Amino acid sequence: MKSPDIIVKTENLTRQFGRFTAVNQVSIRINRGEIFGFLGANGAGKTTLIRMLCGLLKPSSGEATVAGLDIKRESEKIKQKIGYMSQHFSLYNDLTVKENIEFYAGIYGLNRKQIFQKQNEISKQLQMEPYLDSRTSDLPLGLKQRLALATALLHNPPILFLDEPTSGVDPRARRSFWELIYQKAAQGTTIFVTTHFIDESEYCHRLSIMDNGRMIAIDTPESMKKRYKKKSMQEVFGFLIREKGI
Amino acid sequence: MDAIQIDNFQKQYGSRYAVKGVSFSIHFGELFGLIGPDGAGKTTLIRSVCSLLPPDGGIIKINEMDVYQNISAIRNILGYMPQHFSLYQDLSVEQNLHFFADLYQVPQVSLKDKLEQLYHFSRLEPFKKRKAGALSGGMKQKLALSCALIHTPEVLILDEPTYGIDPVSRQELWEMLHTLQKENITILVSTAYMEEADQCDRIALMHQGKISSLGSPSQLKNAYPYPLYRVSGRDFFPLKKFFLKLPQVHSIQLFGDSIHISFAQKPNETDWEHWKKKTNHILTEWNLLSPSIEDCFIEFTRNSR
Repeated sequence: MKSPDIIVKTENLTRQFGRFTAVNQVSIRINRGEIFGFLGANGAGKTTLIRMLCGLLKPSSGEATVAGLDIKRESEKIKQKIGYMSQHFSLYNDLTVKENIEFYAGIYGLNRKQIFQKQNEISKQLQMEPYLDSRTSDLPLGLKQRLALATALLHNPPILFLDEPTSGVDPRARRSFWELIYQKAAQGTTIFVTTHFIDESEYCHRLSIMDNGRMIAIDTPESMKKRYKKKSMQEVFGFLIREKGI
Repeated sequence: MDAIQIDNFQKQYGSRYAVKGVSFSIHFGELFGLIGPDGAGKTTLIRSVCSLLPPDGGIIKINEMDVYQNISAIRNILGYMPQHFSLYQDLSVEQNLHFFADLYQVPQVSLKDKLEQLYHFSRLEPFKKRKAGALSGGMKQKLALSCALIHTPEVLILDEPTYGIDPVSRQELWEMLHTLQKENITILVSTAYMEEADQCDRIALMHQGKISSLGSPSQLKNAYPYPLYRVSGRDFFPLKKFFLKLPQVHSIQLFGDSIHISFAQKPNETDWEHWKKKTNHILTEWNLLSPSIEDCFIEFTRNSR
């Protein structure tokens, strides 16, 4: 985090659905190159907040800028600034590895030459040469996950959203996945992680815990443990949601 | 006598071995966790224990009965919650429970009490008229668990019950399992989430069709062979580079706010002070750390690659 520029900034961001307030006056600042985690139960407001930050949903009130763009007026431009990866849904299992890269690169508007370059680059970086013509469904899970990451980064977005990126994956593969993420962050990519898994959240520089539409805590995993005098993030989370939240 | 005995069990699909000669036993009243990533062979093993798959070698016994030779006797004493939600989405909570009660021939006289007990246990009573398909992920799992318990089984087997549900519901589900354990039910549960291992009495780490280690979570952690440190400082990348070059370092893992380093030989305070100077005080803090089950998994499966 050498350059402290703020890439995402929200001010009292709020979204209501009818009389239900899904996101309630959230104000956050996220730095370039930061790995920022969202933790919370279903219905806490994580998805609504992230959809607003991706320019997919307009806020009811409040302000936010993402990569310097206003989420109300410039939502189309925001979409070019973000990459999205989920372990479960990003790749087409019936396509080959090559075809998946081609498909995503096409969506992001790369030309033939660039697509060819990217295919080479990814296959070298991830040592995927033997798999290029294999169906994606036949790939080992760890490799599939790294391929999903590579396709989410085809257009070099400054912001990357990861949705439960490594749950259920072999721990060794998971650790090498996070090595890639740390490299990306060090190069200045800002990473958002949403997860249901506490141990996955420990890979984040800072974590936020949402409950009933509000941010009830934002800090580093270690400071949270110290502040609430708990040994693990699991205990911190349980404490915040049960005793403080509801 | 153990509740479940697995002796050299093997299962293959075509030429590929899903489970390669696995042996272990589960004691009566134990909460036993089968821990491993996707594709380790957990579901194959669990389905075989439930008499749903014939073995290709070895034997599985529940209460001394070969499960595959005594299918109907086994299914009377066994509750099984499969990995994928397999209730009827168009039926209400109540209708699903009644349907499973009929399948298991639960006598009408005892059904009322059983339902009351399960509603209380699962806290699903207010939702009993709701269609199963309209429940949240956590509530679906509670309903599936209730259906698996409708015939008061002695042995309960759950295949990744916490998959895909939120952390609050996950904790509730584990608490439900602890409650069941107090009623002397033997429980075998699988999970891909290493952090859940600590909820179990004993665990088996499963990797590529084999059990790589078995014991209580604290036994496994105590067996981790290297001193592990949590190291922090002002900039992680140069720190990581620095430690990578040290010959006594065994492994390095970056985390959000620290680096975890295991050493082949335990460093002393002089070493640390020396390293602090050598890194121009980028290194600020070091603490001995107790390994996680994930650390154990990585170490204990190292040779089986």
